[in-house]
Amino acid sequence: MSDARSDIFARIREALKVKAPKPHLKGEPAPGKTSAVAKPWLPEGGETADASLTILAEQLAKLKAVLIRVPDHAAAAKAVADLSSSKGWKKVAYHGHPLTRPIASALTCETWEADASFDKQKLEGCDAGLTTCEAIVAQLGAILVSSASSGGRALSILPHVHVVVAETCQVVPDLGSSLALVQARHGKDMPSMLSFITGPSRTGDIERILVLGAHGPKELYLVLVG
Amino acid sequence: MRISLFVPCFVDQLTPQVGLATAKVLKRLGHEVEFRSAQTCCGQPSFNSGQWDVAREAAIRALGVFRGAEVVVGPSGSCVAMMRQFYPELLKGTPHAAEADDLASRTFEFSEFLVKKLGVTDVGAKFAKKVTYHDGCHALRELRLKEEPRQLLRAVKGLELIESEEGETCCGFGGLFSAKFPMISTAMVQVKGGALARTGADYVVSSDPSCLLQIGGWLSREGKPILPLHIAEVLANDA
Amino acid sequence: MSDSKAIFLKDATVNAADGDQRAFIRKALGGYYTNRDLQKARYRDWERARDAASMAKWSAVNDLANVLEKFTANFERNGGVVHWARDAAEARAIILKIAEDNKAKAIVKSKCMTSEEIHLNDALEKAGYGVVESDLGEFIQQLRGEAPYHFVFPCMHVKREAISELFTKHLGTAPTDSPEELTMIARRHLRQLYVDADIGITGANFLVAETGQISITENEGNARLTAALPRIHIALSGIEKVINHLDDLSVLLPMLATAGAGQPMTCYNTLYSGPRKKGECDGPEQFHLVLLDNARTRLLADPEQRDALHCIRCGACLNVCPIFKNIGGLAYGTTYQGPIGSVITPHLRGLKQWNHLSGASSLCGACTDACPVRIDLHHHLLHNRRNAAKESPTLFDRVFHHGFNFVIKRPWLFATGGRIFRATLPLLQKLPIPYMGAWMKTRDLPKAPASSFRDQWKNDHV
Repeated sequence: MSDARSDIFARIREALKVKAPKPHLKGEPAPGKTSAVAKPWLPEGGETADASLTILAEQLAKLKAVLIRVPDHAAAAKAVADLSSSKGWKKVAYHGHPLTRPIASALTCETWEADASFDKQKLEGCDAGLTTCEAIVAQLGAILVSSASSGGRALSILPHVHVVVAETCQVVPDLGSSLALVQARHGKDMPSMLSFITGPSRTGDIERILVLGAHGPKELYLVLVG
Repeated sequence: MRISLFVPCFVDQLTPQVGLATAKVLKRLGHEVEFRSAQTCCGQPSFNSGQWDVAREAAIRALGVFRGAEVVVGPSGSCVAMMRQFYPELLKGTPHAAEADDLASRTFEFSEFLVKKLGVTDVGAKFAKKVTYHDGCHALRELRLKEEPRQLLRAVKGLELIESEEGETCCGFGGLFSAKFPMISTAMVQVKGGALARTGADYVVSSDPSCLLQIGGWLSREGKPILPLHIAEVLANDA
Repeated sequence: MSDSKAIFLKDATVNAADGDQRAFIRKALGGYYTNRDLQKARYRDWERARDAASMAKWSAVNDLANVLEKFTANFERNGGVVHWARDAAEARAIILKIAEDNKAKAIVKSKCMTSEEIHLNDALEKAGYGVVESDLGEFIQQLRGEAPYHFVFPCMHVKREAISELFTKHLGTAPTDSPEELTMIARRHLRQLYVDADIGITGANFLVAETGQISITENEGNARLTAALPRIHIALSGIEKVINHLDDLSVLLPMLATAGAGQPMTCYNTLYSGPRKKGECDGPEQFHLVLLDNARTRLLADPEQRDALHCIRCGACLNVCPIFKNIGGLAYGTTYQGPIGSVITPHLRGLKQWNHLSGASSLCGACTDACPVRIDLHHHLLHNRRNAAKESPTLFDRVFHHGFNFVIKRPWLFATGGRIFRATLPLLQKLPIPYMGAWMKTRDLPKAPASSFRDQWKNDHV
């Protein structure tokens, strides 16, 4: 008996001997790979950095994610510390990074550098996870985290609150730019997980009524420095 | 222009006033109108039932009937879609393919013909009633007609056009579907007919007599105070 | 009549008569329409975006062998293991073997319609594994012992009171009518299960050939957790999910979300390229991908309907389908409900048994307009009807259409027949004529006119 793989490939090659017509397109044939080219028919991502920031703020607000803009790193640390005390966080896990360490050390509650000694049970007991990110997509209000930028896979999804610290220069206009950016940054050595986070976790499974915090974080904060 | 009428078979037999109204409007606009009596059914019932061999015969026959006609105009989005979209598909790869494409290029739905081909929106009609419009799915999605009938209705003196909820929802006719799956078809017309009745209009107007058969049949059974009327009948009214 | 048709007719009849349930479904979808239109309006040209999305899928599907080869080579280079399954039984066997080899006990799953297609849960449970669906809708359906109602919104037909009762019965929680509280009950219940599970099973929305990554779209975060905490991650995917370029996602991900759920982007869109890498602090030790044919190549071999393999399972065609909204998802009896299900099920499970789904459509075309990848859905229903008529014609259709054709071929006979029909219509309406009687049960026919159009025309134009 031949193996499944070669059987399936044989079926595919046989099936494709007859060509199928292209779909009926409305416009000119859409270009295939267009990483570097903005796709002028998708939602706008902003032509300038300021325009992108405006779009980002609008998108995040609609997604019920909280954008906290601060002028510098000291202000970022203060903002997160204020958030922590107002919310009464007892334990915060963070990804060890020059952007996050000063913030973590300014917190008065218990903190834990999660990537140093991963323990899923302990992480589950944390109130908040503090991470950096790869990029932020203005067009959609999406934050791109990865197993490299966010202390693995669980830190940005398991705790009830996710706080992302980033610099304004990490904001890119659209999804295509962010994908091109991670390809350029990591090449063939991609982090094993890359995740676009678009607002706090949500579900509409019960009567199509929106509820935040289905399994992932109920609250999402983006602290944008600069 | 010499216009050859394409009168759907059930209009011929059940709602002849629609065909007469179509001819009346076209004549009023100064055109010559002919009816080639060799025409019967376009073959859509067989086509939709998967009997493409049978439908192909009907299509080839229609090619013969309308051979040489300058333009063919029909008061039904559905039957026109059959000729325009599906004859070419049925006859693709046969010796009739070129003629099917040619006929398709000369065939128009009534409201489309007035607005797009003749460039007319005001046909001099008067109708002092509240009217809501139902888009037949074939007119809307196969022929891409949405504004054309509305432009015509807005130009009718005294007519008030009210849009309904469920604006682009199917009435549930679907030809033999309405008899083969009557429970689904009825559920659909309940949704659609209910929305039309809630507009408070006096008439539900459509460019598709088959939808009007379904909607009107349900409205009548339910005793709703709104009547079906073909757009040609509205436009023919000049008194 | 096929068994599946008989069941369909029975269920569709019951559901179509259930006005409350139909109103509930329409109301549930109301918010979707509003949000979808708002999001679509943000596209500078939605139609051009559809062009790009359909071409991204077209170019991959029509070069499937090469694109799959490239994808699997890259996937394996990243440290993942690829398994090939010709059919459902092979796919189940592969997954069972992975579980057995690794002495797994508990399995957590995130939403995966392909696993429904191969009836994976049954097989795993029979083999003694604990299997928990983690997507809230799937979790509810699992507790109800019912298949998903809609392949994107699995329990959209269940009212909150029923969910509360279900949770009280199975989880021992206090009754509540708050969707938020119900969601939190499931959240608390499932948390520990992720932590304890050995294996996480997910689906895949896209397989990116260029990079060897798989892309998973979800809102709740349950797939993220499923692929983060257990030591083994198994993804199950149809072979048609492959796309050429990472950049194709810049079109496909937002369109999937907008068309399917009225969102700008689904909450989590995650790319996995392999198991935990050196230097990473968490993630599974093993990453398996099961690639399933299960008659997809049969659909591929039909160039007319090959575009049905472009489907990105957004569910837009269900959301706009008047058939779906009036008979509900369960009546279909298929893994994939709605128009796409009616198109592909005859290919996956047999035309003779499943052609009735193609017949149960008014062919309104709302599905085709809604499809973000431009699948010619309602025309494919016509194609299925044609193929079925050729393959196994029914006696009624043969007699009716050939008889009808005999009449319409002869204008004089058509005119005479019409005259008789009109004259006897009042009588005919009282007779139990099949189909006509069914029509008349809920609708009136217009009063037959004394003379036809052709007669009146003749009199006017002599």
